[in-house]
Amino acid sequence: MKSEHILKGLRDRDPRGIARAISLVEENDPLSDEILASLDDSLVDQAMVLGITGPPGAGKSTLTDRIITKYRSQGRRVGVIAVDPSSPISGGAILGDRIRMMGHALDHDVVVRSMATRGRLGGLCAAAGAAMRILAGSGCSVIIIETVGVGQSEMDIIRLADITSLVLAPGLGDDIQAMKAGLLEVADILIVNKADCAGAETLAMDMEAIAREGVRKEKVETKVCMTVASEGKGINELLAAIEAVDASHRESGERRIRREKAYDLEVLDWALELIKPSIIEKIGKWDHDRKGAPRLQAARLLAQE
Amino acid sequence: MPEQKKTYRVLIGKPGLDGHDRGAKFIARALRDAGFEVVYTGIRRTPEEIAAAAVQEDVSAVGLSLLSGAHMSLFPAVVRALRNAGAGDIPVLGGGIIPDEDIGPLKDSGINAVYTPGTPVDKIIAAFRSACESQEAGRT
Repeated sequence: MKSEHILKGLRDRDPRGIARAISLVEENDPLSDEILASLDDSLVDQAMVLGITGPPGAGKSTLTDRIITKYRSQGRRVGVIAVDPSSPISGGAILGDRIRMMGHALDHDVVVRSMATRGRLGGLCAAAGAAMRILAGSGCSVIIIETVGVGQSEMDIIRLADITSLVLAPGLGDDIQAMKAGLLEVADILIVNKADCAGAETLAMDMEAIAREGVRKEKVETKVCMTVASEGKGINELLAAIEAVDASHRESGERRIRREKAYDLEVLDWALELIKPSIIEKIGKWDHDRKGAPRLQAARLLAQE
Repeated sequence: MPEQKKTYRVLIGKPGLDGHDRGAKFIARALRDAGFEVVYTGIRRTPEEIAAAAVQEDVSAVGLSLLSGAHMSLFPAVVRALRNAGAGDIPVLGGGIIPDEDIGPLKDSGINAVYTPGTPVDKIIAAFRSACESQEAGRT
């Protein structure tokens, strides 16, 4: 009964059905498998997944808002997964990316879902991947995954994307931060936002230099775009760059390679996610003396039937 | 081992033209610190926008804050908007500068609970938790 209801809602693209389906999969509900199996794989294959990352305050959400507007004007249905960190202390989170996108709140063809990292390492990648599939399966042909670029779990999420863009803004000391996180290596598009602010030109020049370095390493050329998201400036050029990267990735087979890698990673994440409860149970029941190297204990634990 | 506890998702919003969001942000932070995932939709939203966001985010409760005096029209409007969006089962809690005599009529119009300045924050968190629990229990 419950599953009928959810699956029908999902088929009918009912906003509530889509939202419930994402929650159930996020919570590892027994219905997850049925939900995910019901999705139209061809829609998932066709959708373009765009990753947007960057340091806090660079303008990711505002930029996402502008990109949504452009794709909507082309008649495309857009899904957004906005990831924010959970508090490591309370486990709670404030999910505020939506604030910048509220102008689309009444548009049924813009599906925004906020997601907290919930202290999961690989697990978030699994949850975000499942949400991406549900959004694609419910007809979103563009899916934007927005995440703060500060740690490893964000890098993992970005791997889900067909195209990765890194948003930087002058005055945040961002180039060094970005280099630390290793994001510059994975980005297909470097966006210098707040391009009307002092220091934007210098930042763009630095980014151009990094982009050229990429070419020397025989990597596909990284594009640099300048935007003023709050005023909607440079968004047409950015969209053109996104489309160009997408077209070249489709032609060269890069898109397929990335999808396959992402798929394998998702399988790994789910395998770990699914095995975790039984391990936690084993540790809980195990009468161990908590001595010796934990790695050795872990090996013993896994060998246990 | 920390026990696996259910993480509740709630939405905190400010309907109407009132731009004073200290109270809303205070409650959002308190809920975060109590382990909730709080979708914050910012100031100056229409009841319909808040309801649509609540549906998309699949929250178990909505908290509204209003200091402007328009609560008698805006709080029930959010309840109606949720019902129109097929989400009448999501409880709405209200807070702000609200005269005592308005609390009864607000509850009659479908507001789950109303809290005024000076309410201990633990009481508000407990109210959100129990509202979330009963909403999830009634889910189909």
